[in-house]
This record gives sequence, structure tokens and C-alpha cells, in this order.
Amino acid sequence: MTLLIETRGLTIDLSGQTVLKHVDFAVTRGEIVVIVGPNGSGKTTFLRALIGAVKPSSGSAYRKPDLRIGYVPQRLTVDKTMPLQVADFLSLPQSHSREDISKALKTAGAEGLGKRQLSELSGGQFQKAVLARAILGQPDVLVLDEPTQGLDQPGEADFYKLIEDIRQEIGCAIILVSHDLHVVMRAADRVICLNGHICCEGAPTAVATAPEYQALFGHGTKGTLALYRHEHDHHHHDHSNENIKDQSH
Amino acid sequence: MILDDFLIRAGLAGIGLAAAAGPLGCFVVWRRMAYFSDATAHAALLGVALALAFSFPTYLGVLIAATAIATSTMLSINKATATDTILGVVAHSALALGLVAVSLTAATRLDLMAFLFGDILAVSIQDLIFIWIGAIVVSGLMIWRWRALLAITINADLAFASGINAKREQAILTFALAMTVAISIKIVGALLIGAMLIIPAASARGLVKSPAMMAFAAIAIGSCSTISGLGASYLWDTPTGPTIVAMATVFFMLSKFNPRA
Repeated sequence: MTLLIETRGLTIDLSGQTVLKHVDFAVTRGEIVVIVGPNGSGKTTFLRALIGAVKPSSGSAYRKPDLRIGYVPQRLTVDKTMPLQVADFLSLPQSHSREDISKALKTAGAEGLGKRQLSELSGGQFQKAVLARAILGQPDVLVLDEPTQGLDQPGEADFYKLIEDIRQEIGCAIILVSHDLHVVMRAADRVICLNGHICCEGAPTAVATAPEYQALFGHGTKGTLALYRHEHDHHHHDHSNENIKDQSH
Repeated sequence: MILDDFLIRAGLAGIGLAAAAGPLGCFVVWRRMAYFSDATAHAALLGVALALAFSFPTYLGVLIAATAIATSTMLSINKATATDTILGVVAHSALALGLVAVSLTAATRLDLMAFLFGDILAVSIQDLIFIWIGAIVVSGLMIWRWRALLAITINADLAFASGINAKREQAILTFALAMTVAISIKIVGALLIGAMLIIPAASARGLVKSPAMMAFAAIAIGSCSTISGLGASYLWDTPTGPTIVAMATVFFMLSKFNPRA
């Protein structure tokens, strides 16, 4: 198990307010960790600390030397005043061969978009282009901050399917912030419930029944669980779901 | 010698400025720093006063003042939420304080107009040397940091995740802006520097498909504005700096007729 990122007692103050307090966290190769939490719970700040964009006020954030991070930020808007083809966007800041670029676009489900201008893409195509950029250059870890914002529900489902496929293909770890509790249940190896500090963490099923989690997400959780089980009966993803469940017990 | 001709010197000065302002202006447009570049440009007058008071070269004074104002503004922007207000305060107070300071330090009555709107026809060979050194420094920085600067322009966190120190790149951009302000003070003056940054870049936008092409097109449009502005000013005996900017505006309007724009 290669340790990729680890935080110890990570505390972050932003403009005089403590956003994160004593967060101990570690992610190893190939893991999918989903971070849930209410608005303003410090999820984005946590991810930004993991990638090195904010410095810890106290505690530490360790990244494996030469760690390759593929990052999909929460809100990415490229100003329309910048002419930029998708393929050029994928080559920022490191340049990549044309083959690697078209391969990454294909993996991300954005095949053939290389010559298009970023400003002409639809919301879904844009997210896929951003994902394609993140998976270029064999990242050790993908850090995704609510990557399905602005997608419709089928688009969202496809997107998460894609992320699972990518994990299979590249074998990278994935750290994902999501509001969508379905994702937590379906894709995660481990769930971290964040609210300024880690409320609870563990296997998806264990977290979903934890009182701290219930307190934050209320009755909705039970509904989601029921819905999840309901879906589980009807769709034919049984094996993959079963596997994840088994690992978690 | 060919440089003895004041029109040739003026043309070369303008092209030097266009070479620096073209690519930098693209970043100003992409990053929506128009107001920030104005604030920095207005600080040039404080630099003139500084240079007069401590009797060192005008360019050095402008470079120091512009760097100081731009850096401190950048730092307070990063902390504050009302960016627009801060920039408004800095831009106007730098201009007013600069004018007051210049008139306090100047023993004889100084031609304020020359600092506000430039006096490209009075560019000396020494000016030309400084302008071109500055232009080479700015374009060198743009070429050297090109991909990193593009990355932080798209998204600072995205750049951080790729191992780029966004703060350092931002500082480089700020320094390049201060340097460009310093070399433009004699050419178009404190009030029109912003125009030479923004108008050529904005004109180039509709004509190109990549950031690099936009930078080159901005250099070309800036140079053409300078040369045609010099010609028009010679022909009609109009103030040269404003005429150059007026020609840039003509190019901007022409670029809007491009079907792809």
C-alpha cells in the first residue's frame, strides 16, 4: 500500500475563521474515498489543502514526492476572451503527445473534441474535457470536487460510471467530493463525513447508519438508502456493488 | 544615422511597447485585470515624482512605484471581497497623489501633459535603449513562463495541482505589468497605457484560435496602430499618443467586422 497523501492534525484558518480542525486523513493507491458534508463544511478547502493550494495553519499535509495529481475543481470557467482549443487546454501546463491527448479524450468520453474551442462546449462536454486533462500523464491520484455540477441526472450517472471505469483503467486513487448520496453508496471504498472536522468515516454502509451522519443529513439518508437498495434490485450492477459491499464489511 | 530621425525613433519605441504590451495585454484581458492595469499605470505619476525628488532616472522611479502599488494592491485584493472598490480607490488616488507630488517636487513648471499622454516624438536614443531592454525583459518573461501563466489564468488551483506556484507566477505577471508601465510612460503616458494593453488584445480576440496566436496578433495590431498613428499625427498635427490609441480603436472596430468575431 503506497501512501499518497496524508494529513495529520490538519487545521486551516481562512480570514480568521477555523475552516478545518485536526483532520487526520490518508489515501493509498487505488482507493476511492468520497467526502460528504453540508455546505460550508470545508470540503473544498480540504481538497485545496491536499493539492497544496492552501497551506496548513497547523498540522501537516504530506504528499508523496513527485506525486502526480489530476484535479477537477468545483467551478472551472474559462473566460470567453481566451481562444483555446480542447487539445491545447489538455497540454497545460505540461505538453503531451497528440496520441496521449486523443487517448485521454477517448477515455473521458470526449472523443474527437480536440479541435473544438473550449468556449463552444456544452456543460457535459466541458466537464469531460476537464476530466480528460486530469487523467493525462498517469496521475497517482484524481481529486474531484463535485465534478457533476451543472450536469443533468443521466449525465451525472454517466459521469460517475466513467470515473469508476477510469479507476479500473489507470489504477489511480480517487478523492471525490459529492453531494450525491447515491455516489457514496455505489462507488466509495471509504466515506468521510466532514463538518469542519471529521464527524465519522468508514465503509459506506457503516457511515450511512452512524448517528453523526444521520444528524447531518437527517431523514433523507434513509430515503436514499432505501432508494439505493431499490435500484440495486432492479439494475444489473449487482456484482460490482456486492464486491464493494463485501470489501467494506 | 537612421536613429537621428525622430520619427524613426518614435516608430521603434512604439513597436517595442507593442511587443511587450501585446502578450501582456492578452493576460490583462483574459484575467479581467483592466482596472488593475489602470491602477498600476496611474502609479507611474507617483514614480515620476519619486524620480524628481531623489533625482534618479524617471524609468527607475516609475518601475519602483508601479511595482510597489501593483504588489500592495494585489495583496489587498487577495484578502478583500470588494475588489472593484479597492481598485477604484487605488487607481484614482494614485493619479491624484501623483499629480500633487509631481507639482510639489518639480522646481520649474513641468509639462504634466507629457506624463499624462506621453511624448513619443521626444524619445531619445537613451529612451529607446531603455524601452527595448524593458520590452525584451517583458517578452522574455512571457515566453519563459507562457504555459504556467496560461495555467494560472485558467484556474489557480488547477495550476497548483500541476505543481505550479500560482503566487509566484502572479508576481511575475505583476512585475511584467510594472515594467510595461515604465516603458510606456514616455510613449503614451499614464492615462493611455491601459489602452495599449487592452485594445490590441481585444482586437485580436476574434481573429485567432489559440492564446499564442492572440498574443502575436496583438503585437501586430499594436505595431500597426503605432505606425499609422504616427503618420496620422504627422499629417494632421494631432497629439501623437492619443492618435496612436485612436488608430488602435479603428483596428478594434475593424476586427468586429470579421465574420468569426
